[in-house]
Amino acid sequence: MGLINWARRTSPWLLHLNTGGCNGCDIEVVAALTPRYDVERFGCLLKGSPRHADILVVTGAITRQIENRLKRIYEQMPEPKFAVAVGNCCVSGGVFRGAYNVRHGLDTVIPVDAYVYGCPPKPEAIIKAIAALQEKIRSLEKPVEQEVKVGG
Amino acid sequence: MSSFKIPIGPQHPALKEAENFTFTLDGELVVGAEARIGYMHRGIEKLMETKNYIQNIPLVERICGICNVAHTLCYCQNVEYLYGKEIPRRAEYIRVIIEELNRIHSHLLWMGIAAHEIGFDTLFMYIWRDREVVMDLIELLTGNRVSTASNTIGGVRRDIDGEKESRLRKGMGLLKKRTKYYKEVSAKEPSLLARLEGVGILTPKECVELCAVGPTARASGVKVDVRADDPYAAHDEVPFNVITYDTCDLLGRFLVRADETVESINMVEYCLDHMPKGPIRIRLPNTPPIGESVSRVEAPRGEDIHYVKSNGTDKPERYKVRAPTLGNLAALVTMLATRGSYEVYVADLPIILAGIDPCMCCMDRSAKFIELRKGREWVWTWNQLKQYAKKQVEIQGRRS
Repeated sequence: MGLINWARRTSPWLLHLNTGGCNGCDIEVVAALTPRYDVERFGCLLKGSPRHADILVVTGAITRQIENRLKRIYEQMPEPKFAVAVGNCCVSGGVFRGAYNVRHGLDTVIPVDAYVYGCPPKPEAIIKAIAALQEKIRSLEKPVEQEVKVGG
Repeated sequence: MSSFKIPIGPQHPALKEAENFTFTLDGELVVGAEARIGYMHRGIEKLMETKNYIQNIPLVERICGICNVAHTLCYCQNVEYLYGKEIPRRAEYIRVIIEELNRIHSHLLWMGIAAHEIGFDTLFMYIWRDREVVMDLIELLTGNRVSTASNTIGGVRRDIDGEKESRLRKGMGLLKKRTKYYKEVSAKEPSLLARLEGVGILTPKECVELCAVGPTARASGVKVDVRADDPYAAHDEVPFNVITYDTCDLLGRFLVRADETVESINMVEYCLDHMPKGPIRIRLPNTPPIGESVSRVEAPRGEDIHYVKSNGTDKPERYKVRAPTLGNLAALVTMLATRGSYEVYVADLPIILAGIDPCMCCMDRSAKFIELRKGREWVWTWNQLKQYAKKQVEIQGRRS
């Protein structure tokens, strides 16, 4: 397992899913991949299919329409899998809290490993969450549950 | 008649959004397209009725994260119309500056995404690198890279002082040079021309009939721009050219956005030169008088219309938003189907879809295909569609 975890830690593949957000977080996630921030330094690659992904990056409020889709995508990912909630809407419902069509946070739908606050969070915060998750993967063999929180 | 579907996840890494399309195919030819919208419905209009006018500003800002300034500007203007009050001239100039910076970032973003959709990732990375210049300036002026929270009812929240002004001028100079360079390159670059020229045709007649708005309409030679037709904020004083192209295709849409970026940069520079001194905000009571009002703003994607009805309390009785993408959707569905001598191929679908700069959140991003002759049905994700498009273009390239 040591070798596999080492490989996993140094090349986590991301899957980006917009679950009904305003696009603000999405453009910041994309900005994190472009030359100034360049998240590929950490071995991250953006992937199109959940079956290739290790980390699910979720942005936006969870609408009822997308909820089942989200569960299915999460189920399709191979173990071990991690989910990052990016932006206030995804963490808690944010400004849309109370709307009839919106769930109150990603953790009401799937288990979440890292929360990135901010509306939208800066690309630096997103990178920090991913780097922190790499640390979590490093300690995967120990059965200690850690939760990562990053300020926006 | 056997039919089968291949269902694969609905998500996609880049920025294309939230509709489900059903395409009907005849071999390689797309003969029909249907759109299904509603995946990103969050119930904003209903939620607005439960919050007061000040609380609604951050909510309106999050209708769209990319063109957030257009929405807050439209909302604040609308509520000011209810009060019947004029805001200070300096505030109107600052509104125009922030609005145009937002347009610059949005257009550069689209140009990058368009390059990405046709498989030209080098151009995508270059444009997004330069886009960071304007993101830094927005952060400098408003305190946040994306959601600016600059407009408020009665004016703006932050002033532009000496040091900010000089950094803004420097950034604008750099961006103007880079944007002109991209325009020059893309008008000549053979790989761009091969994918954009003559693709996604929308004739001026169709454009008017289907009520297309924004750069989509202007690329079809229809001169429509709220900033010129019905000036708001300081647009009555700030000169600019309404850019139109009569190529009616995707190349036109690319060049319109490149030229508009330069126009926006000029407008920001003009505003900095001619900005009057004075206060940036007036205080208004919490409750507007009973009445209703409509406000229009030219968002980066086209005309944005807001309607408000006030019943004399501190919360709106009804609020309605018509975002530009909805105006362009009928035109998009037309563009996606073969008609007359104009043929649409499967390989061109991603870039035609991206062409209107769709701004609807959380799309299904998979497309369902129905082949007419065999009665076969299947579902493709955006990525599969793009890979297919790349393969087909390579094959065509080898043949010619």
